[in-house]
Amino acid sequence: MTAFDPSEITIMVVDDELSVRQSLEAWFQDDGYTMVTAENAAEALSRMQEQRIDIILLDIKMPGMDGLALQDRIREFNTDVIIIIITAFATVDTAVRALKAGAFDYTTKPVDPDELSLLVRNAVDRIRLQRENIALRESIDHLQYVDDIIGESAQMQKVFELVKTVAPTDSTVLILGESGTGKELIARAIHMNSTRKYFPIIPVNCGAIPESLMESELFGHEKGAFTGAQYRRKGKLEMARGGSLFLDEIGTLGLKSQVDLLRVLEDREFHRVGGERSVKADFRLICATNVNLSDAVQRGEFREDLYYRINVFTIVLPSLRERQADIPLLANHFLDKHRKAMNKNVEAISPEAMNLLKSYDWPGNVRELVNAIERAVVINKSGTITPDDLPMQMASRPKEAHGEQTLADVERRHIEVMLEENDWNISRTADKLHIDRVTLYNKIEKYGLKRP
Amino acid sequence: MHSVRIITLGSHPRDVSLDLLARGIRDILSLDSVIEPIPLDIDAALDPSRKQYHSTELLASLVELESSGEHRVLGITPYDLFIPVLTFVFGQAQLNNRAALFSTFRLHNEFYGLPHSPARLEERCLKEGLHELGHTFGLRHCMELPCVMNSSTYVEDIDLKPADFCLHCREHLRSVC
Ligand SMILES: [Zn+2]
Ligand SMILES: [Zn+2]
Repeated sequence: MTAFDPSEITIMVVDDELSVRQSLEAWFQDDGYTMVTAENAAEALSRMQEQRIDIILLDIKMPGMDGLALQDRIREFNTDVIIIIITAFATVDTAVRALKAGAFDYTTKPVDPDELSLLVRNAVDRIRLQRENIALRESIDHLQYVDDIIGESAQMQKVFELVKTVAPTDSTVLILGESGTGKELIARAIHMNSTRKYFPIIPVNCGAIPESLMESELFGHEKGAFTGAQYRRKGKLEMARGGSLFLDEIGTLGLKSQVDLLRVLEDREFHRVGGERSVKADFRLICATNVNLSDAVQRGEFREDLYYRINVFTIVLPSLRERQADIPLLANHFLDKHRKAMNKNVEAISPEAMNLLKSYDWPGNVRELVNAIERAVVINKSGTITPDDLPMQMASRPKEAHGEQTLADVERRHIEVMLEENDWNISRTADKLHIDRVTLYNKIEKYGLKRP
Repeated sequence: MHSVRIITLGSHPRDVSLDLLARGIRDILSLDSVIEPIPLDIDAALDPSRKQYHSTELLASLVELESSGEHRVLGITPYDLFIPVLTFVFGQAQLNNRAALFSTFRLHNEFYGLPHSPARLEERCLKEGLHELGHTFGLRHCMELPCVMNSSTYVEDIDLKPADFCLHCREHLRSVC
């Protein structure tokens, strides 16, 4: 979103209380907006003569002309400016009156910070749509904001085409690929090239959240919903409002959560845990998995109806060994990146090192490559990465325990063995290892382990 | 060369050693820091009806403590903070000036009914500290997702961002620090 300069948007705070003007001014200045304040209607009107104002945060109760009267006056000569009413004394009556008279939105003091930023972000979004006319843009010429997704191989070109095709639609997308292939990057690319890009993309790693916490994680909870819930908590679905929800490792979602999620996708609304009021679901769903979901459906571990809901448009990411041609490009890209980040003069990768990189089978995919390059940049002293700078297992990937060098190597191998012994049953393996499911899951991720 | 005075406000926040924060300030901002032993009395900034402390007033008392303007002052309090229009703030800073502060009140997992996690808490303190100090060096909110200057209105926003500045912001810091 680097193209967007918030200072090009001017917000005027109209409120008779100095502390309110000052705090709103400071709050939005931190976001980079250009701020103007006015303590009464007359001052507000004269500011509007002097300069263009994009958004007005307007108090209703002011001495002299009140906020609603001021809004009417402004509307006589300016229909563009976005007016958001912020008032201490909310009644349904005044709210309806304000909205009918053309207010963009309405909220009461004191307001939750996230609500206030959302209100303003919505307003900014509308302004930008007007200015850039992006609502009318239907196709994408080139993908934006996809720095780390690189590949000239035919497989990756196909992926880029699919991303371009699906991004501007609001379709649910399912991304398939091994661990470390960059599924989250693809999800972000889809989001950043969609009309939802000015709202957040909220990732949820389904495998890393215990099933017992999942409901509150997704839907949030009201104060007192259960023991320990002392405050209202917003769930990921609500945080994704206007944007995208990225459910990573959706194959690990428990059956109860699958039912909950399916219901939201069907009803387009949900309840916070312990809450009465329903909340509208306004997000685009992007899912990813490294397991074969149709097998999981066969085994009864994944609901068939949910599978059909999410399996609308599928993007399959190739593993790194399926696109070996891209390895030099990727390696040089990450070299460049880490060199700059660490401010080190490591200029090149020697041909011998590059050959090793190309011939290795990369079980941990791009993520493993990134780690290898980062490590190489850290330990390198000569300015050119040689085989000595690369992890040992690259020269000959150890299948047996004797090749290991570090504690991490041993841990990785041990976990792999235990998983195989337990037929990759995560709970059982975690039990045997005396660690919890989440920890085991994280280690599987970390070492890029996968079911043979 | 600036350094950072870390001052606790009201009392020392529980479960926070501040070591991670001090180390982060050194490693990431290349600034020395001193953790001052005596908490500042902040009773005057309490709003009894809201049972919260007025963040802007606390900021003003921090500025007074550092009248020379030579160092940065970073206040940390276990109490909940507010500014008049908002229900709460995590923290506040003076843009391009010397004072910043944040509260650990809403950084505890328990606040959200989640299991106690000292590591999470330390990490959130580090990110809040770096973020607010970033403002004192003139940084505004950054829209690069992997950047600590990303604005956080929700605790999970804090968890989403790294305890580091993006290349852009780092470049800016290099030019002013
Ligand atoms: Zn900030
Ligand atoms: Zn930044």
